[in-house]
Amino acid sequence: MIIPRVPVQHRRLLPDRRLSGPTPWVIAILMMLTLLAAAAGIGLARSAGAIGDAIAGRVTVQIVTANPVTRAEQAAALRRGAAAQPYVRTARAVEQAELLATLGQWFGGEDGDDPVLKSLPLPALIDVDFVGGERAGQLDRLRALVAETAPGARIIPHAEWLGPVARLIRSLAWVAGGLVVLMILASAAVVIMTARAALGTHYATIEMLHLIGATDRQIARLFQRRIAIDTAYGIALGSAVAAAILLLIGWQWSRVTAGLAATASLGAAGWALLLALPLLAIALAALTARQTLLAALKKIL
Amino acid sequence: MTAATAPRPGGAMVEFDSVGLRYGPDGEILSDISFNLQPGSFYFLTGPSGAGKTSLLKMLYLAQRPSRGIVRLFGEDLVAMPRQRLPGFRRRIGVVFQDFRLIPHLSARDNIALPLRIAGVSEEDLSGPVGEMLSWIGLSERADAHPATLSGGEQQRVAIARAVIARPQLLVADEPTGNVDPEMAMRLLGLFEALNRLGTTVVVATHDIHLISRIDNAQMMRLEKGRLADPTGALRYPPNRA
Repeated sequence: MIIPRVPVQHRRLLPDRRLSGPTPWVIAILMMLTLLAAAAGIGLARSAGAIGDAIAGRVTVQIVTANPVTRAEQAAALRRGAAAQPYVRTARAVEQAELLATLGQWFGGEDGDDPVLKSLPLPALIDVDFVGGERAGQLDRLRALVAETAPGARIIPHAEWLGPVARLIRSLAWVAGGLVVLMILASAAVVIMTARAALGTHYATIEMLHLIGATDRQIARLFQRRIAIDTAYGIALGSAVAAAILLLIGWQWSRVTAGLAATASLGAAGWALLLALPLLAIALAALTARQTLLAALKKIL
Repeated sequence: MTAATAPRPGGAMVEFDSVGLRYGPDGEILSDISFNLQPGSFYFLTGPSGAGKTSLLKMLYLAQRPSRGIVRLFGEDLVAMPRQRLPGFRRRIGVVFQDFRLIPHLSARDNIALPLRIAGVSEEDLSGPVGEMLSWIGLSERADAHPATLSGGEQQRVAIARAVIARPQLLVADEPTGNVDPEMAMRLLGLFEALNRLGTTVVVATHDIHLISRIDNAQMMRLEKGRLADPTGALRYPPNRA
């Protein structure tokens, strides 16, 4: 039982001063920060995972042969040859229009119809996705194929340039996870201090209860219940504020469809974890309070 | 309560043998304390301030373990007893503190009911005894009053009612008449005497020599500088088997 059952008459042994101390408010702030950090950590981890999956098995072959006709022939031959390999899942030629549209964002030409843009000697690009397996061997075999089909072409593994970004995002996810752990520890420390302060405040009552035959468990249950309820109020408040913030950010995020940002989301498991965190926090608070109280009561005869 | 915890037939309810008590590294507060308390008897504990009366009572009501010696209560050695067994013994002891120690946010009724609630008596079963106790101490009309609104004498009566409501086998009172006028002191002593007649062993610490003379057959223990004198000769250890 997270919040122990205590008869109404026994509850009166402690004066009824709910939400009067700082504990619920401190717990509310910590819970809100914990949930935001956890959401950020989950989003970043999923983003890093998505990027990792996308880049791990993809390379782009860049054919820079000067003659456009030869270049196009080499590109077509390489695409066909690569697609026929058992270690290649897909091989796709990047359309010139796609290249022009991408470059047009930087050169200013609308839809890539700028004459200067059109005059640029654009390379032919082939995106190759490997099937799962031993990457180095697959890359060596592709290199051999490229050397045979399109001599002079460059092979660019995506992991080379997106890898550091993925690692950075993964590091940030770990930092967020570390913050979650630190804030949970801080919350536990707040509960411990609250329990000790409660024992100090009510020492005379506790001593009296001991002397008339109350057991440690009876006394601990009283305080555990009070602390668990106070903490639950704080956790509920912090969770509500965090949920509002996350929903607002989620609504704004849903409009971002391009680039790395589009890969970040919480997913069903992420939301489930976020929903479970407040309940785990209440259980942790009650358990921490109980252990603190029993340890402190043992020091009294 | 197990049969093993009952005093031996004809045995002492409380036995102290060469008991010493010290707080910290200083010398002993109490030294070589040996006495037996017989079931159903009435004892006064006297002595000047600082003689160690309260410390001795603390050991009697299990708020303090001795530094040395043997303490047996209800036939069991309390020195070596595990801490978790103490509540069961404490429920058989009623304590009246010099400063009452009523719980301030509870009414007189709830303060009196406390030992029964702690012992797990249902609300249905405790309302009768609590009502009778309030009537016995003359505070039925003030049952819902909080300690801060009660006079010193009223608080003292509530404290006594709380100490005796669970029908303890041993009643320990520390200067129970120290804060009340002589008339109230005599009334309180009458309460103790009535309880004693019902079989409760009573130990009262007091400075008041006039009080002592009011109880027939009471025995007196006198503490001086942490050592016990035995003016009546009834407290010798080993027990006087003559």
